[in-house]
Amino acid sequence: MRDAAQLVLLLVVLSDLAVLGTTRLSSCIRWVAAQGLLLGLLPLLLAPELSVHPVSLSVGTIAVKAIILPWFLGRAIREAAVRREIEPLVGFIASQLLGALAVALAFAIASRLPLPAMQQPLLVPVSLATLMAGFIVLTTRRKALMQVVGYLILENGIYLFGLTQTESVPFLIELGVLLDVFAGVFIMGIVVFHINREFDSLDSTRLTELTD
Amino acid sequence: MRLLVISALPLCVALVVLGVPAFRGRRVPVVLLAVVALAHLALVTSLWIAPESATLGGWFAVDPLGLTVLTLTSVLFLITVVYTVGYVRRERPSSGRVFAGCLMAFLTAASVVSLAHHLAMVWVGMEATTLSVAPLVFLRRDRRSLEATWKYLVISSVGIALALLGTFFLASAQVGVPGRPLVLPDLVEHARDLHPAWLRAAFLFLLVGFGTKMGLAPMHTWKPDTYGEAPSLVSGLMAGALTSCAFLGVARVTQVVMAAGLESFAQPVLIGFGLLSLAVAAVFIIGQRDVKRLLAYSSVEHMGLLVLGLGLGGVGAYGSMLHLVNNGLSKGWMFLVTGNIVLATGSSAAAGNRGLIRTLPVSAALLVLGLFAVTGSPPFGLFMSEFTILRAAINAGHPWIAAVMLLFLGVIFVGMAALVLGMALGEPEPGSVPVRESAWLVAGPVALAAVVLMLGIYIPGPLHQVLARAAAALGGTAP
Repeated sequence: MRDAAQLVLLLVVLSDLAVLGTTRLSSCIRWVAAQGLLLGLLPLLLAPELSVHPVSLSVGTIAVKAIILPWFLGRAIREAAVRREIEPLVGFIASQLLGALAVALAFAIASRLPLPAMQQPLLVPVSLATLMAGFIVLTTRRKALMQVVGYLILENGIYLFGLTQTESVPFLIELGVLLDVFAGVFIMGIVVFHINREFDSLDSTRLTELTD
Repeated sequence: MRLLVISALPLCVALVVLGVPAFRGRRVPVVLLAVVALAHLALVTSLWIAPESATLGGWFAVDPLGLTVLTLTSVLFLITVVYTVGYVRRERPSSGRVFAGCLMAFLTAASVVSLAHHLAMVWVGMEATTLSVAPLVFLRRDRRSLEATWKYLVISSVGIALALLGTFFLASAQVGVPGRPLVLPDLVEHARDLHPAWLRAAFLFLLVGFGTKMGLAPMHTWKPDTYGEAPSLVSGLMAGALTSCAFLGVARVTQVVMAAGLESFAQPVLIGFGLLSLAVAAVFIIGQRDVKRLLAYSSVEHMGLLVLGLGLGGVGAYGSMLHLVNNGLSKGWMFLVTGNIVLATGSSAAAGNRGLIRTLPVSAALLVLGLFAVTGSPPFGLFMSEFTILRAAINAGHPWIAAVMLLFLGVIFVGMAALVLGMALGEPEPGSVPVRESAWLVAGPVALAAVVLMLGIYIPGPLHQVLARAAAALGGTAP
């Protein structure tokens, strides 16, 4: 189980880098869905024995992060008829390099953190790397939809850190967090749809009317 | 039991409003809103008379800090509902059930934040406040409100995500320490056993995360756009109640940090954010051309004062708690009055809004009085609380902080007075006629003004005791 969890965590890092290097929005959403599926498997692989708590957390995560949200975002781009992220503020190769740098930084930071003994040493560095990848997507992409994707990846990184605390955080709270993320992305998706209708574009850099 | 009813009642009614087809259309169910607001306030008042013990394994409890924020929210909500009666006669929201449902969902979320003693539950409530308000910011459905909603959602969501990470850091600090995980009284009791490095990291992330929701500089950038574009009654609820909830989040982690004896680490950070917010507000208030954006920067200023008082400690903590009440009430007052101006003239811009004292006498008088209240002039309550914070700076041996604070407050007064007096006085635009002001639209601001004035002259005994106990929990004292 330990090796399987390690493999899944490495795949999560790969999915971060894949999103950073992908131009097609629909492919980005597919990578995020894959990442959601991987995150959903982790509670099962990390739990010492199968009980109701990890199974329900896993089912909830897969339902929200791997199925419902990607489907919803996919619908949003179909209705808006946008295909690609053109001219991001930082190029795809450059942002992939930034992502690789973030991974190295994450491992360096995690090795210095005063971590309590854990069954899965990769969890914290992968969490930090995912967090930083989310930040990069959020800040360097022009399309509003890609910023939602970046927010989702950021949340995934925090979720991974939360997995180090599964004993102390009760299920009800996890449910609340998952529900909040779900509602947040849902409302953002609706706003993205309105941006597209109002401005004929999903470009968030067009939102410049309000200044001092 | 009362705690759960206070938290759940508005949400249950909101779900009925959003789900039952009879509530479709543009009509706003004001009667239902009023019933919820009155029931909520009655239950909250009963908590002042007869305290309630913790429920759900210590997850929900009332303490002086939470009770202050809860009462403030409940009062502002009732006043907003009274205002809504007059508001919907002039301007129909595009969807009545979204309007009412989101308002009530916000009341539930704010109640959860005030009553939750499980810090992850505090986070869940705080995120829910963000989300419940977003559709209200987008109520007018035009380009500008769309842009404001987007900025608000993205910046707040990232901030609140950092706060979640901070909450998990706090859980890491608690590994191997006795007590229920993330339950506030247990964290405070065993604060000295918490892992200091994780606790410091948790404090910083929670401060930046909830500070984004408060609108502390430099995370304040969403604030002028959001308050400027949202309907004024929504802006008032956000500036009065939502920011108070966010401050409560900061206060919760400060409680733990102070109990752990990390004052020397936390205080300079709080003071730094406080002074920076004052400085940013002063710079942007000068030359401001829109009264709603002006009030947004004034909110940045007052949020800065709140964390400044917290960081100074001693009587500063009491000053912050008193200022929380004063700021909440006065922001509700000012935004509702501004709402009257927008309803009458269609704009909150200073250009084209002159001589309001002739066309809207009651609202314009309230606006000018509010200018003096918000800038901390005697005899209003904000003078008392700002003076207490100033005293804390001198007591703590930082006369330069007191001097800098006074300088910024002076600049802000000049900037605000220039805009507000320019709107109230002078010759009205040619062709503008006096508008009949509905009692529903002025009753709320008048009531709030009366309370803010009273708090400057006399603080009722029970309120003083609650604020003093809240200050003690934050490591401070009552004057």
